[in-house]
Amino acid sequence: MDFHDFGPDMSAGALSVGAPGAARQHLVVIGNGMAGCRAVEELLARDGTRHRVTIFGAEPHVNYNRIMLSPVLAGEKTFDEIVINGHDWYSDNNIELIAGDPVVAIDRAAKTVTARSGRSVSYDKLVIATGSDPFVIPVPGHDLPGVIGFRDMKDVDAMLAAAAAGGDAVVIGGGLLGLEAAHGLSLRGMKVTVLHLMPTLMERQLDESAAWLLKSALEARGQTVLCGADTAAIVGDGKVEAVRLKDGREIPASLVVMAVGIRPSVALARAAGLAVGRGIQVDDHMVTSDADVLAVGECVEHDGQVYGLVAPLWDMCRSLADGLLARENPYRAAATSTKLKVAGLDVFSAGNFSGGDGCEDIVLRDAARGVYKRVVLKDDRVVGAVLYGDTGDGGWYFDLIRKGESVADLRDVLIYGQAFASGGGQADPKAAVAALSDDAEICGCNGVSKGKVLACIAGGAHSLDAVRGGCKASASCGSCTNIVENLLALALGDEVQAGAKTMCKCTSYGHDDVRRAIVEQGMASIPEVMQTLHWSTPDGCSSCRPALNYYLLCALPGNYVDDQQSRFVNERMHANIQKDGTYSVVPRMWGGLTNPRELRAIADVVEKYNAPMVKVTGGQRLDIFGIKKEDLPAVWADLNAAGMVSGHAYGKSLRTVKTCVGSEWCRFGTQDSTGLGVKIERMTWGSWMPHKFKIAVSGCPRNCAEATIKDFGVVCVDSGYELHVGGNGGIKVRATDLLCKVATEEEAIEHCAAFIQLYREEARYLERTAPWIERVGVEYLRAQIADDADHRAELAKRFHHSQSFSQEDPWAARAAGAESELHQPLLAAAE
Amino acid sequence: MTDWIDIGTLSDIPPRGSRTVNLPGADPIAVFRTHDDRIFALVNRCPHKHGPLSEGIVHGHAVACPLHNWRISLETGEALGDDRGCTPTVAVRMTGDRVEIAVPMKVAA
Ligand code: SRM
Ligand SMILES: Cc1cc2nc3c(=O)[nH]c(=O)nc-3n(C[C@H](O)[C@H](O)[C@H](O)COP(=O)(O)OP(=O)(O)OC[C@H]3O[C@@H](n4cnc5c(N)ncnc54)[C@H](O)[C@@H]3O)c2cc1C
Ligand code: SF4
Ligand code: FES
Repeated sequence: MDFHDFGPDMSAGALSVGAPGAARQHLVVIGNGMAGCRAVEELLARDGTRHRVTIFGAEPHVNYNRIMLSPVLAGEKTFDEIVINGHDWYSDNNIELIAGDPVVAIDRAAKTVTARSGRSVSYDKLVIATGSDPFVIPVPGHDLPGVIGFRDMKDVDAMLAAAAAGGDAVVIGGGLLGLEAAHGLSLRGMKVTVLHLMPTLMERQLDESAAWLLKSALEARGQTVLCGADTAAIVGDGKVEAVRLKDGREIPASLVVMAVGIRPSVALARAAGLAVGRGIQVDDHMVTSDADVLAVGECVEHDGQVYGLVAPLWDMCRSLADGLLARENPYRAAATSTKLKVAGLDVFSAGNFSGGDGCEDIVLRDAARGVYKRVVLKDDRVVGAVLYGDTGDGGWYFDLIRKGESVADLRDVLIYGQAFASGGGQADPKAAVAALSDDAEICGCNGVSKGKVLACIAGGAHSLDAVRGGCKASASCGSCTNIVENLLALALGDEVQAGAKTMCKCTSYGHDDVRRAIVEQGMASIPEVMQTLHWSTPDGCSSCRPALNYYLLCALPGNYVDDQQSRFVNERMHANIQKDGTYSVVPRMWGGLTNPRELRAIADVVEKYNAPMVKVTGGQRLDIFGIKKEDLPAVWADLNAAGMVSGHAYGKSLRTVKTCVGSEWCRFGTQDSTGLGVKIERMTWGSWMPHKFKIAVSGCPRNCAEATIKDFGVVCVDSGYELHVGGNGGIKVRATDLLCKVATEEEAIEHCAAFIQLYREEARYLERTAPWIERVGVEYLRAQIADDADHRAELAKRFHHSQSFSQEDPWAARAAGAESELHQPLLAAAE
Repeated sequence: MTDWIDIGTLSDIPPRGSRTVNLPGADPIAVFRTHDDRIFALVNRCPHKHGPLSEGIVHGHAVACPLHNWRISLETGEALGDDRGCTPTVAVRMTGDRVEIAVPMKVAA
């Protein structure tokens, strides 16, 4: 070891701080990105006493997770949520952050770096972690305003600004980055065309078959994908207007994102005279051609190789930190795996899948489920895997690739995945995780093995967040969250604290997993679900039971016996509980219409039961307040007698259908909005949903019924009906997306039924249509409902089938005496 | 001395549900039956803002208050998790199939 580096006799006069006895070396890092900060973290974790750290960052931010820029663009995360190290990390560790001030020169002889602002700092050790620059194809027009890369927060901001203005976007490059950009932009409402030079998408990660499935799925979501598209020029006058291809086609665009590749950012190192090939050349401990200058991350070239994924960078950071402390831990390149971070599209690839001499393929295609799997073997060892549609076994295959052991015994069942191959045959993720070996890699992004996760849990990390903080597993792209949660459940049993994605603390499964299992395994009761999926509590809790009850009800219309005890009091009492324990009662008023008979009945109820208040609701009907539990059946009987039924103001179900006056009276009305609203309410009332559901029909674009903030809204126009979905007027206002336009009432009604059914079948419990649509994308809905007449008809049919069991007035049965004990105390007679 | 009062049979209370008992001069009482057929009784008033606990979802040996979802232990009447507060418990015993509760005698005024 270089003893003089931290010996008491400091010869390097550059040291500026000198706390007594603390002859700390000054470590300067250029680049406040993923590798630069991780290298510092690794160093501090080993020994925080030997270095004083200064980090220069060109970006005006703290250290954030670059990988997660895609979810930020897609609206799934905010910037704050992707910060890895906030300001407190820098201050807690005495790190000086100089953000927004890029280093422009390194003077190796004087051992100083100089930033753009003129600030100059001397170093003992320098780490260059400048990452990569997006490659810009030098076609004419490449420097027009509106042409950007996809690399940092500034690019995301530029894309969001462009999307806010609407219009067309072209993404050049159909690799991981390009497709994630395209996905985000299309969720943000832009019409997106992806131009890809090669004949198939993501050709570096996917084989032809998987790429084809991916392309069809993207097209079904409304993106245009052009393969074999060679860009000739970007055209525009002062700003980008279109992209011209070599075959003459021109695609209009107000935004062009270039995502054709990255180049290691080496200018600074080259100017300083360091050895540079494709990247900054480093040895096994990340030392450059100058012993006091190290380099790490995407800017380096190691053993002839350059990098574009984070997993290998974490290994580099470990080698770098060990090297700085004179410990031997040489960096070795390892196989990498990739996943596409596009919600709802599961794509995984690892190792070598292009085949070649001596390679054999095992392929499984399940067209109905949209699943494609291909495992590549060489000499009975797994060397590559491509998974599309079902990527659950990705980690297992990746583990097999890295181990390189013979799989001759497993060969026949290999393609069915780990659970099957290990003899279970049952899809039990906990058992699958339990079966993994200790050195199986769980988190590809951070290179964390199962053994390390378990050690971290054993060391006191008892929640997902704690594990993420402790060993980083699932802290980057998050796609291994499920596995980590299963490990937590495995290690801690009941103690496990629910992570963001599990249904509640009673289970390690998320809503979607549970729901899928219910349907696939034909489960028929709440206890059965809890038994089969290893619930950790005897009878669940107030979060999971209502959700399970709904999922079963939706899966088995007509056959499932509703569990009243798993419903919130309002749905059990068919009225809304108030702060004083009394109830409010809202009878249905179809489409907001009423008449003297109904008004009289309501007036009579108010007087007869001394209701302290009656009020017009925001949903166009009347709400009677202050009714006692004991009086509810009698109140309902009186309302029933006037022809009124429950308004379900209390339910995760259809609430109101709000209408305006429409063509019958209004001088602007184009269609009979009132009539259509009544028809729709008659069709949809009584149905149970993941959350409450509100509808409105407006007679013209003046939109007096506020249809564009409803879950389903119709705006009538001269030529037909505009159908809007996913609006919300509540806590977070969201205007609807236009689903499509139709010509007739019948079509409007069919679309409504199909939309509701898709929502019923696919949204998570307590997820309203607005967040659901943000999650799956309106393009997906269009593909399922607007563009596919057969599928729409199927959905509508399933909705009508389920409605045939739910359109019974719950009040009538109670008024007739059913479950009267629910309304009466024990010993009532004794009182 | 406590008086045991017969309030009915086990089957009068739905599993994972509850019934109320109103005795003259006493606070309203909620009697719960859990998944394992244990019976518990509490004063029917949430320590938070006095929600009627009898109307909550019963799970394990706890009930979730219907107003703001505090979870109250049926065994101790204490709020669980991060919430703080306590509801008085009422002693219960089974005599054969009959459920009896003990109403503490009121101190003479
Ligand atoms: C009665 C009414 C207020 C009124 O007097 O006008 C009302 C009353 C309540 N609303 Fe509402 N909302 C009422 C119209 C609305 C509207 C307007 C509308 O429907 O056109 C909205 C915004 C539109 C929307 O939902 O997108 C609205 C957004 C909410 C929200 C926020 C929902 C969201 O997704 O952000 C809640 C909270 C929740 O559901 O978790 C809520 C919850 C409630 C609850 C159920 C609070 C509760 O849990 O006890 C209130 C029940 C009072 C009761 O006992 O009746 N109420 N609430 C309205 C009943 C309409 C009806 O006839 O059924
Ligand atoms: C949108 C997107 C999605 C991605 N998704 C994935 C994924 O799913 N999985 C995966 O494995 N990888 C993914 N990657 C790649 C991953 O982000 C990179 O591999 C990783 O960020 C590289 O880390 P780095 O530290 O080398 O570079 P960076 O994180 O880019 O950090 C370099 C930093 O140095 C700064 N800098 C440059 N020059 C100077 C200078 N002269 N002075 C001061 N500062 C300077 C830069 O501004 C930057 O902040 C994705 C990348 C992007 C852009
Ligand atoms: S806005 Fe809705 S939830 Fe809030 S107080 Fe008014 S009625 Fe109640
Ligand atoms: S009153 Fe019980 S939780 Fe608020």
